[in-house]
Amino acid sequence: MRNVFLFIRRYFNFVFFLLLQIVALMILFRYNKYHEAAFMGVASEITGSFDARYNTIENFLRLKKTNEQLAAENERLKNMLRQDFAAPDSLKQLVIDSIKIDSLEHYRKYLYLSAKVIGNSTGSQTNYITIHRGSAQGVQRDMAVLSSTGVVGTVVNVSRNMASVMSILHRQSRISASLYRSGETGTVEWDGKDPQFVTMRNIPKSVQVKKGDTVITSKYSDKFPPGQFIGFVDEVANESGSSFYSLRLRTATNFFNVQYVNVVANLQKEEQDQLEKATQQKQ
Amino acid sequence: MSNLVKNIIRFILFILVQVYVLNKIPPLHRFITPYLYFIFILWLPFNMPRLTLTFVGFIYGLTLDYFTHTPGLHAAACTLVAYARPFVINILIARESTEFNYVEPSITAMGFTPYSVYILILAFLHNGYVVFLEWLRFPDIWYFIGKIFATTGISFLLALITEMLFYRKQRFRTNTA
Repeated sequence: MRNVFLFIRRYFNFVFFLLLQIVALMILFRYNKYHEAAFMGVASEITGSFDARYNTIENFLRLKKTNEQLAAENERLKNMLRQDFAAPDSLKQLVIDSIKIDSLEHYRKYLYLSAKVIGNSTGSQTNYITIHRGSAQGVQRDMAVLSSTGVVGTVVNVSRNMASVMSILHRQSRISASLYRSGETGTVEWDGKDPQFVTMRNIPKSVQVKKGDTVITSKYSDKFPPGQFIGFVDEVANESGSSFYSLRLRTATNFFNVQYVNVVANLQKEEQDQLEKATQQKQ
Repeated sequence: MSNLVKNIIRFILFILVQVYVLNKIPPLHRFITPYLYFIFILWLPFNMPRLTLTFVGFIYGLTLDYFTHTPGLHAAACTLVAYARPFVINILIARESTEFNYVEPSITAMGFTPYSVYILILAFLHNGYVVFLEWLRFPDIWYFIGKIFATTGISFLLALITEMLFYRKQRFRTNTA
């Protein structure tokens, strides 16, 4: 017994070093799993306040670009207004439209909440974006996040006033996507190399894919509203020995200068989840 | 300025520079992540007890982790650097007495070549360990090798530039002072 104590005293430095290593590695491998960023809960309030300060400067420097983006978005939306479309009256019989639309809260499926980006990374293998809107302002885990040009990612962790978003530039991000032209669905993921490109898999070779094709979020996603831009086909890799294409997509969102995003809440998700769960239990 | 205050200021400054300047640089290449922050550990005083040094390294790494959302990654690497530092110094400095003539490691204290080797070895250890931990989760051997050498080269270059830009004046310690 005495020898054991002597040994520990002799190598105390080394033992202490090992202890700290084990603590660090435990934090790394236990807490860094998909959606397990609990560690960051308290800390994100503190580091987030630093981020917010830095962001005011960064925002100012990028005002011009943001302006251009907003102008472009405005143009796109204005072109979708109803008064832009006028057809000569051809109606012969008056019909009262009885379909209930969004005016009733109950039928609304997606609710958009705008949020300011106050922290962003693109350089690592696991990229997160911090936004200045948290549980107090209605953000919850697993909500989708979109920018004005396309998909950004998913909310993985929420504190009172801020939230962490796992961007699609994360090695563990998987998004259900479909080709705009033919409607085939596959998954979009990131290979961790170039933050301008993501990869789409599981597209059978029977489908014709061309460079420049649009890839949008699929109708089967329970988080993302369907039809949001994910990216545009940049290269079609024809892997021999596989009956699937692997498509390289240029992301629709420019992750280097994303400043404002929309958090999208799926208000009918709970009902869908309950139904699917109940169906599984019945079997 | 007392040594403690000086090091606390450095602690904050290096973290902020790493998070808000170096990490914000748009990636030049997928291999290159400019790491400079660990210089803080290399600049800690010679006479710091080994235990304290290891612990400071751990806390320092953890602080950066809070900013970069990678819990434990940099903490592990910084603990390693802090623990290995006394060994490297013992090998590089030939000295007769157990006393050091200067407060902290620098070019004046160690000489240019030993100091460069000191930075190079510890930068290699730090970056190697960080990339290794990344690699464990997403295996890709060429990425691993390429990234270690690219980041170490960049870290070394940045460290030397910092050393030249912010020249640290150091008094020769005598018994009377």
